[in-house]
Amino acid sequence: MEIFGVPLQAMMSQLLLGLVNGSFYAMLSLGLAVIFGLLNVINFSHGALYMMGAFAAFIGVTSFGLNYWMMLVLAPLLVGVFGILVEKTMLRWLYKLDHLYGLLLTFGITLLLEGVFRSFFGVSGQTLDVPEALSGATDLGFMILPNYRAWVVAASLTVCLVTWFVIEKTRLGAYLRAGTENPKLVEAFGVNVPLMVTLTYGFGVALAGFAGVLAAPVINVTPLMGSNLIIVVFAVVVIGGMGSILGSIVTGLGLGVIEGLTRVYYPEASEVVVFVVMVIVLLLRPAGLFGKEK
Amino acid sequence: MNRKIAYTIALLVALAAPFVGYPVFLMKLLCFGLFACAFNLLIGYTGLLSFGHAAFFGGAGYVAGYALTTLGLPFEAGIVLGVLAASAIGLVMGLLAIRRQGIYFSMITLALAQMVYFGALRAPFTHGEDGLQGIPRGKLLGMLDLGNDLTMYFVVLAIFIAGFALIVRIIHSPFGQVLKAVKENEPRAISLGYDVDKVKLLAFVLSSALAGLAGATKAVVLGFETLTDVHWTMSGLVILMTLVGGMGTLAGPVLGAFLIVALENKLGDVGNFLAETTHVEWFSSLGESVGIVTGLIFVICVLLFRRGIVGEILAAFDAARRRGKPA
Repeated sequence: MEIFGVPLQAMMSQLLLGLVNGSFYAMLSLGLAVIFGLLNVINFSHGALYMMGAFAAFIGVTSFGLNYWMMLVLAPLLVGVFGILVEKTMLRWLYKLDHLYGLLLTFGITLLLEGVFRSFFGVSGQTLDVPEALSGATDLGFMILPNYRAWVVAASLTVCLVTWFVIEKTRLGAYLRAGTENPKLVEAFGVNVPLMVTLTYGFGVALAGFAGVLAAPVINVTPLMGSNLIIVVFAVVVIGGMGSILGSIVTGLGLGVIEGLTRVYYPEASEVVVFVVMVIVLLLRPAGLFGKEK
Repeated sequence: MNRKIAYTIALLVALAAPFVGYPVFLMKLLCFGLFACAFNLLIGYTGLLSFGHAAFFGGAGYVAGYALTTLGLPFEAGIVLGVLAASAIGLVMGLLAIRRQGIYFSMITLALAQMVYFGALRAPFTHGEDGLQGIPRGKLLGMLDLGNDLTMYFVVLAIFIAGFALIVRIIHSPFGQVLKAVKENEPRAISLGYDVDKVKLLAFVLSSALAGLAGATKAVVLGFETLTDVHWTMSGLVILMTLVGGMGTLAGPVLGAFLIVALENKLGDVGNFLAETTHVEWFSSLGESVGIVTGLIFVICVLLFRRGIVGEILAAFDAARRRGKPA
């Protein structure tokens, strides 16, 4: 069976690859949106922290004899703690200033982290083995589904939806949303807003670390893997706007799929298709698909 | 009066420099100085943080290099074409990015510059990873041989002064005042009847043209053009230069560019020296770890010296003057 001259099998595997990439876009842009909502900081270092998560998993497995599943919990925790330290010692001094300083600081942190990992691991890639339970593939009849990729999509979707549920439907999320609207008033009700800000940043970057661990077995783990991704994620954020949690998830996945389809029909454009979509969205709907301009 | 003296001293130093220092290195300093000044026109005087200036700098370099190498055009035509190309990219990028405000503006410029990067990586005339090599300098007006480093230096100096003078003129013109108004309070500028989007776009195109001038000149000076110049790290580097020197000051970006370029060039030596004196082996790899050092400077500047070197000096003078004259 063929779809517009492309065999179904090839089509499906590219779509799945698109969904895998899309899950990373979704998780990262979700983290960026949550952080931006409360801190008004665009976290450039999000990509570097994703890289850190992947390296943490790699180091944990190869040097400390831990397994993938332990690192899936430990690495995001490590990245989250690192984020909390960054927030406590540096970011916090910039909240009263123009947004651009937060971007510049996190950009500097990105260069710093990349530089440190480069001096230890060089620029060549490392690979992490797929955990045993998820190796192999399942024959679905119309396609061969690599188990690990299915797991990546399922795990990230679950994490994204749980995040959405917590923010939109629980009491904690209500505090968070209120803090986004008017932090002073929330503080007057006795909520410890600075603590909430710190934990939000920690959670946001932990999401990036989690994405990094998920990515480690499917892509080359290199010090530069994060910054190549973060620029695409920025375009995703521009397309979706940061006003809506569900919006960032949908936009991230959707763009991953579009990228996958482009790789089937016009591979030369697959690197830039997200940027092209961004240009189109800017022309037609400048505020972004789900945007409320702040 | 003070300013005149400062300019005269700077000019004398610049005229004497190639007889003391290495002209190619000095020309590189001047090109990056002009690049940072062009960037500063946006961030320092219009309040727009562009994260895509590498696209103009490198884009112009590629076009100028292609014009001189493959098309065999003379020096002047190469530079002009480079500037035009940068302005064209700037016009398109500006039209798109200005549709969003603040932090989104920076993200859009970054994403669009990444498109230019992929263009440079994939286009046939840019030679991908190898870049353009052996760009000839040619002759100025068909007479003066630019192959001579000293002659080239004075041409580059003239270009730098022309670019710098244009920026000074822009800032002190009525248009410059409007730019400042947009930076300080955009809604107010709108309510005063200024077409803010048009003002921003003009500033963006001017800045990209000047960045292109710097990039085209640099490509011709060094005789090669590679992907480094269109990569996002270059956009970050020019931000750092401006930040270190002082955003919104005239001399700051030039000073910042000189410091950062010198640092990048000498970092290996500094590392070896530190390794020898402290016996910490790691320092000898400092030359390859430019990222760590630039990142560290970034963090320190944002946290502690947001005014930059020149900004801090000006602020100190200001404070001293105020103390001298009690109100």
